[in-house]
Amino acid sequence: MVDAVRDPLQFHAQALALRAQRQQLLASNIANADTPHYKARDFDFRQALANAQGTGSAPPALARSAPAHLPGKGPEAPVAAMLYRTERQGSVDGNTVDLDVERAAFAENAIHYEANIGFINAYLRMLQTAIQGQ
Amino acid sequence: MSVLNIMQIAGSALTAQSARLNAVASNLANADSVAGPDGRPYRARQVVFEAAPSDTPGAVGVRVSGVVEDTSPPRLAYDPKNPAADDKGYVAMPNVNVVEEMVNMISASRSYQANAELMNTAKQLALRTLAIGQ
Repeated sequence: MVDAVRDPLQFHAQALALRAQRQQLLASNIANADTPHYKARDFDFRQALANAQGTGSAPPALARSAPAHLPGKGPEAPVAAMLYRTERQGSVDGNTVDLDVERAAFAENAIHYEANIGFINAYLRMLQTAIQGQ
Repeated sequence: MSVLNIMQIAGSALTAQSARLNAVASNLANADSVAGPDGRPYRARQVVFEAAPSDTPGAVGVRVSGVVEDTSPPRLAYDPKNPAADDKGYVAMPNVNVVEEMVNMISASRSYQANAELMNTAKQLALRTLAIGQ
């Protein structure tokens, strides 16, 4: 019963945390729009959410030739793999921030963040309705 | 709350851009200063930006790494009546390029606006997050 209540909340919480992280990343890009040699970064949200859910690819394990061996596990891959943005127009100072692209992504991510909060609120209201039985 | 980090990132960009605007203002104000405090013609100053990584991965602010003087030669103006003129009648004027400075000013003010908007969005998201479940 507790799991059934907790799981959807956990999913939304993870998505919200990733949205916040991406928002921060996009803010860094916009802040550094005039910094020479700065490279714009972003991550694939779908992949990151799958990793956070544990449905992404598991870290490689060590082969064991005897049952007494300790199970070795590779380093945990970071939830959000930071990628570099492909630039559309090069600039002389080596900066790859396209302000329009970044601002559009920032606005879009903000809407997704708010939608996520809306889902959490709706879920909490639903629980409240169920508990009060009205 | 990582949404609040956006405030710091955007704040660092606001500081950096206002330093740039400051340099532009002093260059434009001194576009005709034949003699600076050292007795030589004023030299244009430019601020250099640098990405400032924080302890949170992905959150990169911006800071002014230094102010450099323009090393291009002074502009020579023919004005034999000027007391600062040399024996051929030329006066060494500051090497400020007014057109370049105006472009710099517009670019800095646009970046400033973009970052101010970033702060507004971050504030809105943070307030929505605080209102979860209400």
